[in-house]
Amino acid sequence: MNASDSDEDIYNERSALVRSESPALPSYIPDSDLTPPNGTPTKRLKVSFRSESLQCFVPTRPAALTPSEEEELTLKYGAKHVIMLFIPVTLCMVVVVATIKSVSFYTEKTDQQLIYTPFTENTSSVGRRLLNSVLNTIIMISVIVVMTIFLVVLYKYRCYKFIHGWLILSSLMLLFWFSFMYLGEVFKTYNLAMDYPTVGVIIWNFGAVGMICIHWKGPLQLQQAYLILISALMALVFIKYLPEWSAWVILGAISVYDLVAVLSPKGPLRMLVETAQERNEPIFPALIYSCECVHCSRSAPINNGSAACLMFVIVSSDQKRHKLRNKTLACFVFWTDGLCLTLLLLAIFKKALPALPISITFGLVFYFSTDFLVQPFMDNLAAHQFYI
Amino acid sequence: LTLCWFFYLAIGHHIPIYTQCLILVISNKESAAQQKGLLIFGVVLSVLLQETFRFAYYKLLKKANEGLLTLSQEETMPISIRQLAYVSGLGFGFMSGAFSVVNILADSAGPGTVGIHGDSQHYFLSSAFMTMAIILLHMFWGVVFFDACEKQRWWAVGAVVISHLLVSCLTFQNPEYVASLVPTYVILFLMGVWAFYSAGGSLKNLKLCLTCKDKDLLLANHRPR
Repeated sequence: MNASDSDEDIYNERSALVRSESPALPSYIPDSDLTPPNGTPTKRLKVSFRSESLQCFVPTRPAALTPSEEEELTLKYGAKHVIMLFIPVTLCMVVVVATIKSVSFYTEKTDQQLIYTPFTENTSSVGRRLLNSVLNTIIMISVIVVMTIFLVVLYKYRCYKFIHGWLILSSLMLLFWFSFMYLGEVFKTYNLAMDYPTVGVIIWNFGAVGMICIHWKGPLQLQQAYLILISALMALVFIKYLPEWSAWVILGAISVYDLVAVLSPKGPLRMLVETAQERNEPIFPALIYSCECVHCSRSAPINNGSAACLMFVIVSSDQKRHKLRNKTLACFVFWTDGLCLTLLLLAIFKKALPALPISITFGLVFYFSTDFLVQPFMDNLAAHQFYI
Repeated sequence: LTLCWFFYLAIGHHIPIYTQCLILVISNKESAAQQKGLLIFGVVLSVLLQETFRFAYYKLLKKANEGLLTLSQEETMPISIRQLAYVSGLGFGFMSGAFSVVNILADSAGPGTVGIHGDSQHYFLSSAFMTMAIILLHMFWGVVFFDACEKQRWWAVGAVVISHLLVSCLTFQNPEYVASLVPTYVILFLMGVWAFYSAGGSLKNLKLCLTCKDKDLLLANHRPR
């Protein structure tokens, strides 16, 4: 299956983010985006997952807090957010790993590739393979850059209807088509006979509820569950259709891009965030995953990408495929390290920070180092049953 | 709260494992005959590194206590050094146990026969018990270690290091599980008692706690140090 029949393919990970409907806010209507919520800072804490394939932590400036209070609150809620981020990503990883282990479809080699990665990796020489993966990466990253800039431009010129329509289309595709595929493969694996009407009813319900949760109102936990499932679906698609080496290079490139996009003054993400802050609006709802935190009195949106989850999940399931457990664990643990480190940096610098690069760097570095260093040692220890 | 801290602190433990793997891989190109010797050397080095990092952690946490106060969700109650010791030990134990056992667990799901080449039949069972002992031991070591550092009792610190070395060396006796597991559990029990007393427990406390008579007991640990 060529999963790339529209621009929505890249954008799917963006649309994979749902917005939790908090009771005090009006329900999202496209035009209401134009009216800022009375200029008052929202009284509720939102942890927002940015739908970009990038993440950044952004502490906002509240109305009437002293700098040190502000700093304290940032730290406090930052810490909480790390934990709150941790759980969905873990769940996502669990879902993907479970799928990879049981449903063989997603690990079967296929010659089909995404349109964004036209160069094949099936070549005989290492050099050629490397070249192809780098070329694939360039294409992929430029697509992402173009998309991001396009999104920022749309947002700046208030073309909310367009964005909204785009998001609806992509989430539609994700919720219906990909989950239909997934369900089909699961049935095949477990050899369950199923008729089309039943599948139709199941998929219809799943998709319709998902659409409502994402673009309108819904219970918080249901929205979070949809986010996790959708991220997992996206990860699985990438695992199937993205060649291995390209995946690694793309990971590295994305972290660099994230760094640039958030930190540099002209970076698209930074502009997006700043525009949203200027207008005192919540960042476009369907792009954002927010999870409410009851005891908070200050809004400090921390934007984070679901493709962080996605990428990490790709990495971990990539090597799950090769059945080397230590690497998954190491990867996972170091991803957490990266997250905590980013939090510390957030506390120190107190401005928008890309959260992805550190996590990805850690994950990558330790993934490969575990492979070369830790693995032989640990295997030896386990063989003799020595404990350290 | 503990969960929060656990996350922060669990991450630290694999640093010693990695550093010592790094050291080991440099020296690991030897012949098979020297393998076992090299492995033993690696284990000892690893233990020493872990304890060094535990000490470094202690220093770091003491210094950062002020900042940690902000990060924790309590406004008035700082996290006590005892709780830190517990969480740190737990983190160490968790990481150590995870790294030790995750490969074994992965293999246990796959096709295979235990001991088909004449090795012990009880490989998985003994690994499980050993891992549990190690995790609990790390926890107790953490509590005792931090307490000893607080009170400047360096002999206690030394005792922790030595008992860690002892436990690791006991595992060299595998697959004679009686020789390795039983002493390990004895040490575990002794360390547990020591940790209990150094954390401020006593027989009286224990009795009150078990019969649910003393509600102050529950608050006792929250007293800031």
